[in-house]
Amino acid sequence: MTRPLQVDPRGLRFSAALTSVVLAAALLAPRPVALVLLAAQALVFATGASGRFDLSPYGRVFARVVRPRLGAPSELEDARAPQFAQGVGLAFTLVAVVALAAGLDVVGLVATGFALVAALLNAVVGFCLGCETYLVLRRLAPARA
Amino acid sequence: MTGTWVLLGALVATAAVALLLRRRDGRFAATGVAAPASPVDDRERVDAADLDSPLGERATLVQFSSSFCNPCRATRVLLADVVRSVPGVAHVEVDAESNLELVRRHRVLRTPTVLVLGPDGEVVQRASGVPRREQVLAALAQAVPED
Repeated sequence: MTRPLQVDPRGLRFSAALTSVVLAAALLAPRPVALVLLAAQALVFATGASGRFDLSPYGRVFARVVRPRLGAPSELEDARAPQFAQGVGLAFTLVAVVALAAGLDVVGLVATGFALVAALLNAVVGFCLGCETYLVLRRLAPARA
Repeated sequence: MTGTWVLLGALVATAAVALLLRRRDGRFAATGVAAPASPVDDRERVDAADLDSPLGERATLVQFSSSFCNPCRATRVLLADVVRSVPGVAHVEVDAESNLELVRRHRVLRTPTVLVLGPDGEVVQRASGVPRREQVLAALAQAVPED
């Protein structure tokens, strides 16, 4: 049995803060810039969603610049829920990228807005919306099968 | 221009959700109304077999947790401490993912969710999110018949 991957919850919040800044910038930028920002953010989400938090550029900034100043974490967190949440973020940003590229600006911006709310909640109050949905979905899954 | 409005909307929505969570987290609410005159007692129950653990003599704190849930640890520490200071009260932690049947029956949507059971296993109070100590004690006072 392998031990589930553990992550530093402060790193997740730091990443959520950077994600919020990128998504907010994408909302304000002209379409070509917004597309680049969202595509880049989708890649970052993809690293987390595939469980490679160590590859996430935000995680690397945290590990190199922020953690040395904070000291060791008092506790670690199971990576499964944040991994799932990153997948939810990835889905929303991919919808945004496709919609913006197809000229459906409103759809793209609203999808970005939803991802931004989730990222902000995580960054500001430490509430992980994607993680909370995880149990709701687990609850539904076997009933449907 | 639309982007600016979406940004403003997202900020307002975030603030609203954050405030709502702060107000609701850990707040206990009475579940079904106890109807003493009714011949059939149809209040929700949890029994020792559901929990695989005996109920407390006067009350039981059932905590639904999941392995990845960070606030569950804080709740576990608090409830374990409350149980030590209040006699006749048991604390049972249930892993939500491996007890989905119980999770569905009691409509648990978040972890941690805490159910307060009376002496016969009837669900008297419930709360989701990390409760404060005084909230737990107040909920217990409601659940435990005064003697």
